Amino acid sequence: MSADSSTAVILPAPARPVPAPSRLAGWLVKTSHVLVGAIVPLLLLALWQHAASAHWLPAQLLPSPALVYASFIDLWQSGDLTSNLVISLKRVGWSLLLGGGAGLVLGVLFGFSRRARAYLYPTFEVVAQFPVIGWIPLLIIFVGIGEPLKVLAISLAVIVPVTVQTTKGIAQVPRPLLDVARVYRFSLPQVITRVVLPSALPTLFNGLRQAVMQAWLALVFVELLAAGEGVGYLMVWGRQLLQLDLVVVAMILIGMVGVVLDRALALIENRLQRWRRNAF
Amino acid sequence: MSTSSTRTALWQRDWRGLVFPVLFVALWQVAASAGWVNTKLIVSPLAVLQAGWQEITANGFAHALAASLARDLAGFVLGSLAGIAFGTLLGLSRWADRLLGPTFHTVRQISLFAWIPLISIWLGYTDQARVLFIAVAAFYPVVLSTHEGIRSVSKAQFEVARVYGFSRWQRLVRLVLPAASPQILTGLNLALIYAWLATIGAEFLLPSFDAAGVGATVIRGRSAFRVDVIIVGMLVIGLTGYALNRLAQRLENRLLIWRGPAH
Repeated sequence: MSADSSTAVILPAPARPVPAPSRLAGWLVKTSHVLVGAIVPLLLLALWQHAASAHWLPAQLLPSPALVYASFIDLWQSGDLTSNLVISLKRVGWSLLLGGGAGLVLGVLFGFSRRARAYLYPTFEVVAQFPVIGWIPLLIIFVGIGEPLKVLAISLAVIVPVTVQTTKGIAQVPRPLLDVARVYRFSLPQVITRVVLPSALPTLFNGLRQAVMQAWLALVFVELLAAGEGVGYLMVWGRQLLQLDLVVVAMILIGMVGVVLDRALALIENRLQRWRRNAF
Repeated sequence: MSTSSTRTALWQRDWRGLVFPVLFVALWQVAASAGWVNTKLIVSPLAVLQAGWQEITANGFAHALAASLARDLAGFVLGSLAGIAFGTLLGLSRWADRLLGPTFHTVRQISLFAWIPLISIWLGYTDQARVLFIAVAAFYPVVLSTHEGIRSVSKAQFEVARVYGFSRWQRLVRLVLPAASPQILTGLNLALIYAWLATIGAEFLLPSFDAAGVGATVIRGRSAFRVDVIIVGMLVIGLTGYALNRLAQRLENRLLIWRGPAH
């Protein structure tokens, strides 16, 4: 007994066995969290509605929630919302292919070749510090304000994180694993598919995740600056007509796409992690 | 590690990184002066230098840069103060986190520049609008990192504070904030990068004639089709961002010196 009490003084108290929560209890807790989280948005909505109906601000500066909802449904049914969204997503998709491909090639080059890293990485590092939106005026001079401008600008936003994370991922491949591969006389494709990819994949994916978020940021910027269609243009249009409901609808849409992208990427990343744990 | 590598003698440095930029600039100059390319589009590096010199001496470029930096700083300070306060609230109070967290994390997903049309309708093309936008950009990373930093304060330290009978305020100022400071500083560093991005973005998207700034200079160059001025502006934007980043890292290392060498 005395030994017990003396260790209790030195060591932190042993964790109390937590009773395993039943399914129902877990579900209840989750639901209550969602409900509590919904309080503030509902209050804000009520405040917004009240401010609009009491005319605290002119209707051009503060459209009522009902008007925003009506324009949302309107734009949705006329297909304007989806067509503009599709155009924006296409731009992001092409840029991810182009910029992601270029970033992957650069990253592999930097990861495998010490010489390439010595010659090119310092330049890359300095150029990567330049904010993407600083490039856009120059790009406009060279390629005009058409579709190439958007794809190039977003691609630039994608290249940097993909290159950095690919380089890092390859550099972090454990040396012993490569040695083992050499002992087993793996061919280069085997080394890549069986050793490099499995251990670099989480880092590569991290690069992709950053790239998607940067691409979405850059897309909205380019579309606000120079576009004739797309979700960003929807806002410019609403701004010019002084129809704030359009602007708010576009903001909600942009936020929704952001949430979906974020959730989807987090889900895939989670999957990858689980798979990784099983693999080793 | 970094100090020893910066102290290495000149001839021991790795100069190979300079080969590519030097070749690139040389080729650029040769191509422009030999007339291989349209010199209206591809201006020679020397012309860029000349334009830079002219911008600095004659066109008040320093004034424009100072105006941009002042805007950047004002937005950064506002946004990060608000961010530290809000992040502390979320970190300290589980109830605040449950009430406000979901809203914050949803609103955060609205791409940063999507705020510009709304802000421009409410505040017009004014400096207040620009500073507010920069503050929004700085706010998010600071909230996230402050929240995370405060959550990672160990329970044991809290108990020590309780044993010493710290008041709520003392606990906050003498325990929680210092313990969370590494993460807060990381967030501030990130916020500085975002604030500079937002400064340039705001000058592009909320232009006005009376507002000087580096972004405004670039826009002027674009409308006058002066590629040299655009390149000067781009270089200054990039180098300023780089300098701010380096400065922040130096400051961070200096402020965190009490943590001792990293293991």
